[in-house]
Amino acid sequence: MAELLQYLVTGVGIGCAYALTGSGLVVIYRVTRVVNFAQGSFAVLAALTVTTLLGAGLPHGLAEILAVLVAGLIGLLCGLVATGKPGTTPQTALIVTLGLGVLAYAVEILFWGDQPRSFAGLAGSTGGVQTHYLLIIGVTAVVLAATALLFARTDLGRALTATAADPYAARIVGIDVLRMGLLAFAVGGALGGLAGVLITPVQQVSFDSDVALVVNGFSAAILGNLTRPALTLAGGLLLGVVQALVGGYLSTSYQSEVALIFMLAVLVARAGRRGVLEAA
Amino acid sequence: MIEVEGLTVRYGVATALDEVSLEVRDGEMVALIGPNGAGKSTLVNTLFGILRPAAGRVTTTGRLALVPEGRHLFAPLTVDDNLRLGAWRDRKGRDTGPIYELLPELVPLRKRPAGRLSGGQQQMVALGRALMARPDVLVIDEMSLGLAPLVVETLAGHLRDRHAEGLAVLLIEQNARLALDLCSRAYVLEAGRVVAEGPSAELAGSAGVAAAYLGLEA
Ligand SMILES: Nc1ncnc2c1ncn2[C@@H]1O[C@H](COP(=O)(O)OP(=O)(O)OP(=O)(O)O)[C@@H](O)[C@H]1O
Ligand SMILES: [Mg+2]
Repeated sequence: MAELLQYLVTGVGIGCAYALTGSGLVVIYRVTRVVNFAQGSFAVLAALTVTTLLGAGLPHGLAEILAVLVAGLIGLLCGLVATGKPGTTPQTALIVTLGLGVLAYAVEILFWGDQPRSFAGLAGSTGGVQTHYLLIIGVTAVVLAATALLFARTDLGRALTATAADPYAARIVGIDVLRMGLLAFAVGGALGGLAGVLITPVQQVSFDSDVALVVNGFSAAILGNLTRPALTLAGGLLLGVVQALVGGYLSTSYQSEVALIFMLAVLVARAGRRGVLEAA
Repeated sequence: MIEVEGLTVRYGVATALDEVSLEVRDGEMVALIGPNGAGKSTLVNTLFGILRPAAGRVTTTGRLALVPEGRHLFAPLTVDDNLRLGAWRDRKGRDTGPIYELLPELVPLRKRPAGRLSGGQQQMVALGRALMARPDVLVIDEMSLGLAPLVVETLAGHLRDRHAEGLAVLLIEQNARLALDLCSRAYVLEAGRVVAEGPSAELAGSAGVAAAYLGLEA
């Protein structure tokens, strides 16, 4: 029983990282229609930045926050490179983000080497589970709620949604469409960075950790058609929990397959349903 | 307000506007009529900086707002949010209250997603969104297209009221009768060129315009 609780909490904790990564994808996709395959790199770069900042003597808390801001800035730059040239299609931008992800590998290996790194999170345990998992869950809840409020309750959020819904009309009312896209990339970068910063104390990070994050984050986001934040959160948590249970009771070697099968199942189910609707 | 001189606009090698000149003066209500593909929307998009002219000049003074062809509302947002974004440029002027007084038809719709409304309701929202910018000149591209006569009547009434308060209007219309009826002056655009212009009554009386646009025998 205690074991099950342990698996559930770790699963939800890891699932939060997937949900944050997926939410970053969703924010960027909603505003720009670009699927950002560099999304996992934000997490890795932020996590590695924390190790450097801590090494330089910065206190915990400050180092993590700075790293998230750095990830936001990297997101902004990524958006500038991918979408900055007027007339770039979302398809072209997607390819550019893939290229940027590869570039990130080079940067990461150059500055931090290819060995896994980690840093300490919240110490101790609460009610039989590592306290750091509770921190992950709490911070994710607050940040995703704040993101949802930004979109639903502020004029800036409305303008972001408007840009996605009808870029032509957005321009007509004076919304700077390019700037909205860059803002989305910055928010997406910060969300990705937060995923990396939160998860690294319980799961070492190395230059290629972005793959697992982006595959799982993308699977979570796909559940909500890349546009629905609540379904992305649900998808991320589900993936995390299922993987923890599979890893705990069966074998850790199947964990990553779970995400791929899940993503395939959703895509097939959705294609099937659309087929039925069209036939009707 | 709007002054267009010798405007030429091309899509690649195709010339959509060929040395077009046109003017909308302070507080004036002017019609621009012409068949499909004449270049009316091209003119609009050039006025709003979305297309670049190959030659000629566009000068505007005061604030311009547009009710675009096809309405282009923000479909997932509510009517109220659509209206708010009409005043995006003016952070302090986003209170939608006054618009509901001008366009009371919108009051029961304020919380509805714009994408779910009927065509007439959407056109009313598009008008409200444009008015939120508190424009000096309102440009309307295809106001009546696809709308029921009663709805067109209501929209026209609102336009008359705003015009009476001093708003200048450039009305682009397929329905030439309506346009000539509402506006004191008009331009006729055909294949990218202004082929006729003058006071509405004069144009309506000219044989060519009457035959082509008012369905009267020449
Ligand atoms: N994006 C485009 N690329 C190439 N040609 C275009 C484009 N938009 C319009 N055209 C062409 O330019 C010409 C003028 O089109 P425009 O849309 O300005 O006409 P319009 O008078 O607004 O017609 P309508 O009454 O159908 O709205 C047409 O021949 C059209 O086919
Ligand atoms: Mg047109």
